[in-house]
Amino acid sequence: MSSSLLDKRLVFVTGKGGVGRTTVAAALGLAAARRGKRAIVCEVAQQERVSRALGGVGVGFEETELAPGLWAISVDPQRAMEEYLRDRIGSRRLSELVLENRLFQYLTAATPGMRELLTMGKVWELAQLERRTPEAAPYDIVIVDAPATGHGLGIMRTPRTFRDVARVGPIRRQADIIHSFVTGPKTGVLCVARPEEMPVNETLQFRRALEADMGIALDAVAVNALYPERFSAAEAARIESLDGRGSVAARTALEAALGEHARARTQRSQLRRLRRETDDVPVLTLPFLFTPSVGLTEWGRLAAELERSL
Amino acid sequence: MSALAAALEGREVVVCAGPGGVGKTTSAAAIGLAMAARGRRVAVLTIDPARRLADSLGLEEIGGEERRVDPERLSAAGVEASGELWAAMLDAKRTWDELIERHAPDERTRDAVLGNRIYKELSSAVAGSQEYMAMEKLHELHAEGRYDLLVLDTPPTRNALDFLDAPERLSRFIDSRSLRLFLRGNRGSLKLLGRSSQALFAVLRRITGVDLLEDMAEFFHSFGGMSEGFERRAREVNALLADGARTTFVVVASPAEEAVDEAIFFRRRLRESGLPFGAAVVNRVHSAPGAMADPGLQGELVELVGENLARRVVRNDGDWRALAERDRLGLERLAAELEGELLVRVPDLDDDVHDLDGLVRVNEHLFASETTSRRRARLA
Repeated sequence: MSSSLLDKRLVFVTGKGGVGRTTVAAALGLAAARRGKRAIVCEVAQQERVSRALGGVGVGFEETELAPGLWAISVDPQRAMEEYLRDRIGSRRLSELVLENRLFQYLTAATPGMRELLTMGKVWELAQLERRTPEAAPYDIVIVDAPATGHGLGIMRTPRTFRDVARVGPIRRQADIIHSFVTGPKTGVLCVARPEEMPVNETLQFRRALEADMGIALDAVAVNALYPERFSAAEAARIESLDGRGSVAARTALEAALGEHARARTQRSQLRRLRRETDDVPVLTLPFLFTPSVGLTEWGRLAAELERSL
Repeated sequence: MSALAAALEGREVVVCAGPGGVGKTTSAAAIGLAMAARGRRVAVLTIDPARRLADSLGLEEIGGEERRVDPERLSAAGVEASGELWAAMLDAKRTWDELIERHAPDERTRDAVLGNRIYKELSSAVAGSQEYMAMEKLHELHAEGRYDLLVLDTPPTRNALDFLDAPERLSRFIDSRSLRLFLRGNRGSLKLLGRSSQALFAVLRRITGVDLLEDMAEFFHSFGGMSEGFERRAREVNALLADGARTTFVVVASPAEEAVDEAIFFRRRLRESGLPFGAAVVNRVHSAPGAMADPGLQGELVELVGENLARRVVRNDGDWRALAERDRLGLERLAAELEGELLVRVPDLDDDVHDLDGLVRVNEHLFASETTSRRRARLA
C-alpha cells in the first residue's frame, strides 16, 4: 500500500507538532525526484521551514527548484486569492478593483477559514495536470507540509465546510471539486510520529478522526527519529555491573550508553504498540539524526531510507 | 523560592506559548501542579484537542467544563497540594454556543444565530475559531474569579500573531456594520458605499452565488446586537494580557535550531506588543561535560568492557556530545536574545513525560531553586 504513496498526485504530511513533518515532507519530495518525478513541497501557514532548513534560500510564492526535480513553494493565501480572482473574473483590472476594496479586504480577513480555503485551493491547483496558472508546468506529485494533526485535519476539511455553507453557486462547485480530489484515490495522507507515548497516541487518534471526518484511510505512518539499537540488554547489564568504575570520562560515556539503551528500548515498545494498533497501515521508520541542523544533506539520507521502504 | 516561582508569584494568568512539540502542554500542566502545591486554586486550560493534558493529569477525560484532579492522585504522586488543580479542554463549538446563549439580547436573536447555517459550519468546523474561543473562555473564567490562577496552554501556531490578535480579529469580524449594510446589498445602501463596492458586490455575486450572500447578510444582521459585548470583552482581555501585575507569558521551546528561532521570534513579538514576559522554558536539553571526548577514553573503555563494546560506547558518546553541543549553541542564542531574563532548562528525561509522576520530575527542574540547580550542575 505504501508503495503507492509516491504514485499519488497529492500527499498531505501531518503529525504532532515537533515530530519532523517538514523533514519527512522534504525527504519524500527528494525520494520522488530521485525516481524521476517532478515533485513540489508546499509549505502552508507561512512557515517557511523549508527555506530555513536551507539556510534562508527564499522559497516564496514562486515555485523554486531546490534540487533536480524537487521544487518548493510557500503558499500565501493572499497571493492565492489574487491568482484565483484573476482567473475567475478574467479581467486583471476588475480583479484589482475587488482586491483593493476595503470591504472585500475586511470580509476575507475576518471570515474564519478563508485562509485555509485559499491554501487548499492553491494546493489543489498545483496538483492538476492542467494548471490554472498560465504556462505553469504540471507536477507528478505535490507534497503538502501540513499543519500539526488537529489543524492539519482542519485544513483538509475546509473545502467541505465551505461547500456545505455555500449550498449552490460557483464557490460550492469549486469547493466540491477540491473536496472530492482530497478524498479521492489520487490523494494520500502520511502521518509522521515519533516513537513516544504522546505522538503515538496522537497518530492513532488522527487515523480514527481522518476516517470518521473525511471517510479516508491513512496511507502510511513514518516514525521519525528512531534511536539506533546500539547495545543489547546483556551489554547494558554488563555496563551496569561496572558500578562506577573508571575515570570521569569513561563513566560519562558509559552512562550515555545506558541512557541510549533505555531510550532505544522505550522507543521500540512504542513502535510495537503503534504497529499493533494501526493494523494494516504501513509503518516506516527513519533514524534519529545526531546532526546539529537538518538541511539538504540530511534530507538526502532520509530520502534514501524512504526509498528503501516505499 | 525558585526563580520561576518568583516570576509567577501573584499572577492571575500565565500564558504558555511556543511552537508545537516542545512540551508546551506538559509545561503548562507542570506549572499548574506546582502552583496548586503552593496553595493556589489553579485551572489549566488547553486548546489542544489531543488527550495530552488529560493523560498527563491522570484524568479520564476533560471537556469544556473544568474538572478537578483528584487530590489523592496528587498525593500518590508525592504532591501534597494545599491548593486545587483543575483542568479544562476548550471546545470551540461549545464555547461559541454558550457565548451566544449568554449574550444574545433576546431569544429571537439567539435562535437566529444558533440556527444560521454559516454560524453552524464556522463555529465547529473551521480552523482558527479556537483562538477566538480561548480568549473568550479566559475572559469568562477570569471574570468569574473562581480560580486564583489560570494557566493557558496556547495552540501551536507558528505564527504567534494568530493567537495574540484573536480578540481584535473577533471583534472586527463581529462588528462589521458596513459589511452588514453591504451584504444586504440593496440599492440604497450600496450607494452609500460608493462605486467600487457596487462593482465588488456584482463580482461577489458571480463568485459566491446570491444564496451565500443572503445567508451571510442574515448572519451579520443577527450578530449585530451582540457586537458591542464582543468588542468590550476583547478590550478587557487585551488589557488583562497586557497587565504585567496580573499576567505573564512563558515562552516554551526546545534547544533545537528551529524551536529556538521561534522562541526568539515570539519573545520579540511580546516586546513589540507590550506584553509581559516571565520566563523562557527550554525542555529536552542534552548536556555533556565538554564538546571533546577524553583522548584516553577508548583505551580505558577497551580495558573495562572489551574492544567491540568499547567502540560502540565511544561512538555513542560522540553522538551525545554532538547533541549536547547543538543544545548549548541553541541555548546560547536564546540567552543572548533574553539579555539576562529568566531562562529555565529542563533536561532530556529518559522517558517522555506523560503522567503525574513525570510532571513531578519536570518540576524538580522547572522549579529548582538556584542552589539546587548549582548542586545538580556540579554533580553532573
